Amino acid sequence: MKRPTLPLLILLIAACGGQPETQQTTSQKPAIDLTPFQLEHGIGPVTSNPELPPISPELVAKGAAIFEMKCVSCHVMDERFVGPDLRDVTERRSAAFIQNMILNPSDMIRKHPEGKKLLADFMTPMPYQNVTEEDARALLEYLRSVAPKP
Amino acid sequence: MKRLHLFIGSAALLGLVLFMSGCPSSGNLLDTRDAAMKTYVAPGEHDEFYAFMSGGYSGQVSVFGIPSGRLFKVIPVFSQDPESGYGYYEESKALLNTSYGFIPWDDSHHPHLSQTDGMADGRWLFINGNNTPRIARIDLKSFKTVEILELPNTGGNHGSSFVTQNTEYVIGATRFSIPYEIDREVPISSYKDNFKGALTFIKVDPKTGNMTLDFQLVVPPYNYDLARAGKGKSADWYFFTTYNTEQAHTLLEINSSRNDRDYIAAVNWVKAAEYVRQGKGRRVPANYHHNTYDPATSLVNSKIQKDVWILEPKDAPGVMYFLPTPKSPHGVDVDPSGELLVAGGKLATVIPVHSFSKMLTAIENKEFDGEMNGIPIIKYESTMIGEVENPGLGPLHTEFDGKGFAYTSVYISSEVVKWSLETFKVVDRIDAYYSIGHLMIPGGDTRRPFGKYMIALNKTPKDRYLPVGPKQNHPAQLYDISGDKMQLLLDFPTIGEPHYAQGIRADLIAPNSMKIYPLETNGHPHAIKSVNESRVVREGNIVRVYMGMIRSNFRPDNIEGIRLGDTVYFHITNLEQEWDVLHGFAIKGATNGEVLLSPGQTKTFKWEPTRTGIFPFYCTAFCSALHQEMQGYVRVSPRGSNTPITFGTGTR
Repeated sequence: MKRPTLPLLILLIAACGGQPETQQTTSQKPAIDLTPFQLEHGIGPVTSNPELPPISPELVAKGAAIFEMKCVSCHVMDERFVGPDLRDVTERRSAAFIQNMILNPSDMIRKHPEGKKLLADFMTPMPYQNVTEEDARALLEYLRSVAPKP
Repeated sequence: MKRLHLFIGSAALLGLVLFMSGCPSSGNLLDTRDAAMKTYVAPGEHDEFYAFMSGGYSGQVSVFGIPSGRLFKVIPVFSQDPESGYGYYEESKALLNTSYGFIPWDDSHHPHLSQTDGMADGRWLFINGNNTPRIARIDLKSFKTVEILELPNTGGNHGSSFVTQNTEYVIGATRFSIPYEIDREVPISSYKDNFKGALTFIKVDPKTGNMTLDFQLVVPPYNYDLARAGKGKSADWYFFTTYNTEQAHTLLEINSSRNDRDYIAAVNWVKAAEYVRQGKGRRVPANYHHNTYDPATSLVNSKIQKDVWILEPKDAPGVMYFLPTPKSPHGVDVDPSGELLVAGGKLATVIPVHSFSKMLTAIENKEFDGEMNGIPIIKYESTMIGEVENPGLGPLHTEFDGKGFAYTSVYISSEVVKWSLETFKVVDRIDAYYSIGHLMIPGGDTRRPFGKYMIALNKTPKDRYLPVGPKQNHPAQLYDISGDKMQLLLDFPTIGEPHYAQGIRADLIAPNSMKIYPLETNGHPHAIKSVNESRVVREGNIVRVYMGMIRSNFRPDNIEGIRLGDTVYFHITNLEQEWDVLHGFAIKGATNGEVLLSPGQTKTFKWEPTRTGIFPFYCTAFCSALHQEMQGYVRVSPRGSNTPITFGTGTR
């Protein structure tokens, strides 16, 4: 237990009509300024966006299995469902953005302008589905594989 | 001033007090700070200790934070819990199976945390069921009851569920002696001839925690009240209090209070186990259930055991001794060093303290005063090392602070007395509101207590809270014991009737607390791993609905083809993988309530419709902004109708 000096003092001062200098509480953290990278590629563990190698069929198969267990409840191809249609998501978003959205959805929908827009549009917050970074990479590969051929 | 202390547990009310008493100078701000500051846990901050309190007649265990007194959870153990569906949904029912059938309730008394090297290790919590004698084990990663073992030859498993210092054994002890033979009926007046006591030694698997009834010690027909394992030098021993050494079977209030002294029973469990390994004793018929949750499948394996190994003290020399102690003792508690045994004599005028070393010497020198059923009775003077005088009326239970002091709860005079383990003199006393039973210091029964807080578990709050009718919830009180004088910090209400409690540093449990059940390891035979596996299958009159839940829909949510006379099993999987995202399931007219599912869990809800019609079902846990849309319909057609099975959600 931490000593409750500040909030309690604020409460006491407020009860006596004093004007506290700061109103900051533990639950209200200041907004984070996003870096240009984060604005384009999302907030999360993936911090670079290198050129991707050709699609790996093994990785696609792994990603498809994870997608079937953990994503298909909300994402249906060619359809707006609980979540957005992901058919062309690899064309709309960077690889890093997609992986960060999978790995860190709670920050994405609260702090990232694109994530906030998605939440306002679809209303159901995208959950973290207990996937590893390797899983997210495989899911990316699966999404690359289903994208429309140019 | 005590009135004032009542209120200052909450910061908001502190503001109110200040408001009413005028704005403080910096001087009396310090004065009013003490109790509130010591119990105030700021929003978002965590408590320092977990407290696990038994529920008494609720049959459950409740989990509180200390020092805030905040209630975190009630863990269903021995009683059905309509809130979670425990004891109603199919998988959980088997946990409550006994040789008397399914039992929806019990009376849970003494929680005890598993220990390593005499210290609570945060792995499991054991708790006894008093009425239909059982011991349960709660897993402290999932905070779930995972095992319940019934005890044969036992009538009221009260002196339970205390563990040895490395959790080699957990103990059961009969309060009521009864005949051993299964279902044998005899004249009650033949008590002395036909009734026997049982002390039950249950082995605990060091890796899995699974319990096995190893053997029972057959003991004279007294009432075995409470128990403690020794520690350190006395770690090979268990100690039990007895009352009713008069062997009365009616009006015990008078008839079992005649003797000036009853006994502490000292049992060398290591030696007893050695005898059993050598084949001493015998196997006798018994009938008891052993129910174990399998985390791999989420199913409960309910096994019926048909015999038990018993050992008689007369065939096992050196195993058991009686230590006379005044008068109808309740608790027997062992100090952190393992040397001092403190008995709380409910009707005694002193708190007697026995010495373990003196006991060993007395055994060696045969300082005996007769025997009972082959159990030597050691002379009182031979084990006595001190008597705490002026302890108040009705001393019950003792915990320790690790700083040389003991704290004994005193029921009739409703107080806690603090006394020195060196001088056996009372050094401080403080009131408890009202009628204290057990008390608890986090770690206060271990080798190294956290001597910071003490909690009194009281029987009635009377006027301490806003009144809520003739029956009030039992109160707990939190005291600061870090200084010379005990200080009352906080009153808070509890669930049921907490008898005993256990406290443990939060960091020994919190980091291991599970957040989800991973879908990848869900081995339930009726789980679905993807919404695309959801389906409805008819097998004769049984219809199985393999249903998935995800924010914010059921798969399937429209089901037709159910007929009157069908038994419907909803095998429901919560497909969420995010911490604390629950879904629930309830359907109109269901006689077994609802079921709640944690992320990744599969549970089975049985439904036998008795009327035709359209039956709405819905998610009972507010799960998302579109929670209210998470609903569906089942169509129930007449018996023999040919409505085909169809199912789906949306266009799928």
